[in-house]
Formats: sequence, structure tokens, C-alpha cells
Amino acid sequence: MKTPIAFFLVLSALLFTIGTVGVLVRRNALVIFMSIELQLNAVNLTLIAFSRQLGEVDGQVLAFFSMVVAAAEVVVGLAIIVAIFRRRVSANVDEVSLLKW
Amino acid sequence: MDLVVFWIMAPVSIGAAVLMLFQRNAVYAALFLILNQFTLAVFFVLLDAHFLAAVQVIVYAGAIMVLFLFVMMFLGVDRREALAETIPGQRWLAVGLGLLLAAGVVLAVGLGVGLARAPGPPPGGDNIRAVARVLFTDYVFPFELTSILLILAAVAAMVLARRKGRGLPDLEADAVSEPERAP
Repeated sequence: MKTPIAFFLVLSALLFTIGTVGVLVRRNALVIFMSIELQLNAVNLTLIAFSRQLGEVDGQVLAFFSMVVAAAEVVVGLAIIVAIFRRRVSANVDEVSLLKW
Repeated sequence: MDLVVFWIMAPVSIGAAVLMLFQRNAVYAALFLILNQFTLAVFFVLLDAHFLAAVQVIVYAGAIMVLFLFVMMFLGVDRREALAETIPGQRWLAVGLGLLLAAGVVLAVGLGVGLARAPGPPPGGDNIRAVARVLFTDYVFPFELTSILLILAAVAAMVLARRKGRGLPDLEADAVSEPERAP
């Protein structure tokens, strides 16, 4: 028997929530980034589940593009973290408050 | 069969994500995230997205997480994270709002899709061929744009992470640092 699509959607919702809580709770910039990756992955799962439901591959192409954008985002984000680390010697986001009024 | 695989992998997936959240050590968190991404690749196979399952393993679990681990080793971020809350009650508020978000999305799925509706028969034919056909006909322009995006990201990363003035040959170092010294 095929798994109902809604199971995947609920699982994806739970993973997205865990990622959101991770972004809000953690202080380490790298772990926050990983939580964002988790959110992106959860959304990819949703896209592919809907693509399966509708019988079209457009959703899969969209998930593919989101993976490419995630890769680019990670590269630039990690470069920014490295640049901040060079100045501050810390990956704690609370200490990066240069632009805070 | 599908359902059995789903019910085995779903707890692993959620468990890996939760454990990632609770790891103090960023390297362990990254390893749990890799486990989570492998389970997602299994779900992609269950959903007949074979191409994306391969991409998930190669790009996410392979390239991106290796990049994360590389940066971690490079920076040596194995120190303890500060546990004091900057905003009082932020942690519980975050968990509470997260549960609300989950409840809202699950409710939306239940109302919009129906919780027990099985999908139709799998689309016949080769998944990779179908994806390639759509990607190189309907989405060929966005596809080309992503190549520009990747090149831009690579150049941006090099510019951002470069150590200024050091590690370059003398002539170039002078040329680079001279404008900075000028008033």
C-alpha cells in the first residue's frame, strides 16, 4: 500500500518546526545555519510530496532549484561566519551586534 | 511495504532532528543533520523522486555538510555554547510558538489534503528522464540563471573569506593594501 501524502506533509511540518525552534533557541551561528538547512529540507519534502500527489515533475524541479539556492546560501553564509570569526573569535550570534542601535 | 519503510524512517528522521537541536557540540549536531538528510533521501525514493534522492545524498549529505564540518574544523568551534538567556523566557517561548506552528500546519494539512488520502498510481516511465525533459524545456532559463548564481556565490565566498594582504605574493599584497593605507 502506498503511503498517504499527508504523512509526508505532517512529517515535513514537524521537521520544519524543529528547524524553526533551532533557529530561535541556539546561539552558535553554525548550528543556526544547520537549522535553516533543516527547514529547507523540510520544504523540499513538501514540494516533492505534492509533486507526487499531482503526478507532475514540476515540484521536483522546484525542489532541485531550492537545493541549488541552498548550496549558494550556505557557501556565502559560511564565508560570512568565517569573516566574523576572524574579527571576533566567536561564533556566538549574541556577540555580533555591530549594527544594533 | 511503503508504509513499513515510512514508519521506520520517520522516527529516525524526527529523532535525528531533535538530537541535532540538543547537541552542545556543533560537530555532533552536523552528524545528526547528515543522518536526517539520509532519511529524507529515503522519503524521496518513496515518493518516486529518484533523481532528487541522489542529489540529496550527493549535494546535501555530501557537499554541504562536508563544507559545514570543514568550517567547524577550520574555526575550531568545539567550545561550549553560552547557556545564559539574553531575553528572559526566550527558550520556552520559542518551544511554545514552535508547537503552535506545528499544530497550525498539521491542521492545515488535515483540512486541505485530508490525512488518509492515498496518492494515485505512480507516474509511469523514467523519473530522471521526466525531470530532465521539464528542466531543459520549461525551466531552461531559470536553470541557466542558477549557474550564474553559483558562480557569484563562489566568487563572493572567496572575497569574503580572504585574509587581506596576507598569503598573497608581495607585489599583489602591496597593490591590494595600498588603497587602504591611503588617507
